[in-house]
Amino acid sequence: MSGPEWAVEASGLVMRYGRRRARVLDDCTFAVPAGRVCGLVGPNGAGKSTLLALAAGLLRPSGGELKVLGAVPPGARADVAYVAQSKPLPAQLTVASVLRLGAELNRSSGRWSASAAETIAYEQGGLDPKARIRSLSGGQRTRVALALAFGKRARLMLLDEPMADLDPVARQELMGALMAEAAEHGTTIVMSSHVLPELEGTCDHLVLLGGGRVRLAGAVDELVSSHVLLTGTGPLDGQRVVEHRPAGRGATALVRRGEALPPGWDAVEPSLEEIVLAHLRTASGPAVPEEAAV
Amino acid sequence: MFAYRIDRRSGVATYVQIVQQTKQALRLGLLDVGDQLPTAREVVAATAINPNTVLKAYRELEREGLVEARRGMGTFVRRTLGRADHDGLRADLAAWAKRARAEGLEREDALALAAAVLEEHFPQGREGEAG
Repeated sequence: MSGPEWAVEASGLVMRYGRRRARVLDDCTFAVPAGRVCGLVGPNGAGKSTLLALAAGLLRPSGGELKVLGAVPPGARADVAYVAQSKPLPAQLTVASVLRLGAELNRSSGRWSASAAETIAYEQGGLDPKARIRSLSGGQRTRVALALAFGKRARLMLLDEPMADLDPVARQELMGALMAEAAEHGTTIVMSSHVLPELEGTCDHLVLLGGGRVRLAGAVDELVSSHVLLTGTGPLDGQRVVEHRPAGRGATALVRRGEALPPGWDAVEPSLEEIVLAHLRTASGPAVPEEAAV
Repeated sequence: MFAYRIDRRSGVATYVQIVQQTKQALRLGLLDVGDQLPTAREVVAATAINPNTVLKAYRELEREGLVEARRGMGTFVRRTLGRADHDGLRADLAAWAKRARAEGLEREDALALAAAVLEEHFPQGREGEAG
């Protein structure tokens, strides 16, 4: 595949809404390789939506550097699809005319796929082409917004909680469609979500934000193999402990895998969900130092 | 077409589930030599899992010589697995299970015992590893 190696690259990224306001993003450095399905997680107010809006070029960073498909946003606009949480769509138009509008607005790229958009909008219990946007439910609007994103045949899809207001059947269907898009076209997908089991199967990359900073970032299999879940008693000297919780007379601790495990502790490989939850619970505290190699 | 069933709560890595289900399909005759496995696109559209997981499973099956990837065409079954047709072994096991029950073992006790003996005679295969 041609094109840049990184789909999204942030270096010392800072964002604040107004000079006197607190920083929403502070010194964020991470990179998402092209072709990955990246989950963006973090507590409410962590800066996930801000980060996606910056990548989409709707906001300008207050400091630091951000590159999307090798360009400063919105430089690669034609190759990027962005679905905002609020799904702003013209209320008085019908679904069919919104898709026609999508085709018009993306004429210059020459890549608009009416069939890709229509498959998402109309198939499998989908929408009536003649229905007006204002008559649609939140989940149905999401379907229209995703149809536009698929029709665009973008190389990068930025999705802000795309599945939040979908019913379970639509969720499975549209997540399947997203994965198929990634399989067929090598599309990079960055999506924020609070639903960890959903991310566990679909994402092969993860960025975890907490308090405006990057707490964890990397390939999912590397993140999993770089942590270990310990159960036992005794001191944990020299271990880089992410989270420590009492269990009976001893404790359960999620630690970064280091040189040697402490004697007398039972070690198992944690699930992605366990790792993310531990980091989320401790997201307001100091970040656990990360090894340069991770 | 052959379809995979992914159980996200089983604790078994997703790619291992695909490998195991393919082998089971070969043993049961649901898949035979020359049959095409579903494409990665088809699998992920139906199951909403990451495409790389499917590719990882297919690479593992290819490494074991069970399937081959033909460029631009798909992945095809190369070799099948022995069908489970072992009446004698089954009868022995049935007699053992009957005796275990008569001696007062619970279902879990019997399973644990059988698992321990199996582990002795079939040391942990690669499939059991997490990843």
